[in-house]
Amino acid sequence: MTPITPHAATPLLTWASIAAVSVFAIAGEVLIAGAMRNIGDLDLIRARSGLRGAIRAVLASPIFLAGAFCMAFNFFAMLYTLSHVELSLAAPGIASFTYVGNAAAAKVFLRERVNGRRWLATIFVCVGVFMLAK
Amino acid sequence: MTPKMTHKLALNQYLVLLTIIVTASFGDTLLSRGMSQVGPVGLHHLPLLFHALFNLNIILGIILLVGFFGSYMTALSWADLTFVMPATAFGNVLIALLSRFWLHEHLSTSRWIGIFLLTAAVAFVADTPARTPDAVTPGDTLPVPLPDPLAEPVVAL
Repeated sequence: MTPITPHAATPLLTWASIAAVSVFAIAGEVLIAGAMRNIGDLDLIRARSGLRGAIRAVLASPIFLAGAFCMAFNFFAMLYTLSHVELSLAAPGIASFTYVGNAAAAKVFLRERVNGRRWLATIFVCVGVFMLAK
Repeated sequence: MTPKMTHKLALNQYLVLLTIIVTASFGDTLLSRGMSQVGPVGLHHLPLLFHALFNLNIILGIILLVGFFGSYMTALSWADLTFVMPATAFGNVLIALLSRFWLHEHLSTSRWIGIFLLTAAVAFVADTPARTPDAVTPGDTLPVPLPDPLAEPVVAL
């Protein structure tokens, strides 16, 4: 069976694509996380108001809608990236950048407790991304 | 006094995390397979992305990613973003295995080391509390108490 591989891209295009996907993902996830925290436990809402009530509660949040808008951009940027970059580089690369960015954004914007262990993990993630790019 | 952080998850909550891992990994892999069949999309041919929506692999990938998104939102309603992200990062290992054995992509030694480091990073943060009780919503200036999940959801007019 012939291996299926995307067309090769320059390193600049590769990392610019990965960075763009990551930025949209970070913005979208932080906004959605804030919205879901504000809405409350979806399992409990679904148990009381049904699936329709849970969907209505989510869609009524403007913060969620802003996050979903960012995630839509993220999706098309992801499709564009996957047409140029191998999945084994794009997926971990995007996940790593998104993870580091989310940790910083969650601490700054959501006031989540990001302790020393989590910052140490970001160093591992950065080295891991470097190794992936070699 | 530092507020107590909740960590213990119920079985169905672990299942939600597992669903996130599986749907994200297989969804991304199907999208990659589909885009490889569609071909490269240049900046001057962006409408080709809509053509990709008729590819079977892309359609299946989107269905899985819709499942991922629902599970992800559910998890974020009872856990921190910084808890859900690393807990689901194990999907990278699954993607690497799918890329190697299903898409037949080449994984060099350095990429395997990178994946190992990412997994180690996840292990660092996995055993931390799931929820910071005094976190805030974007736009707030001060920490606010968690809303009562049994209260009526606010519906915008």
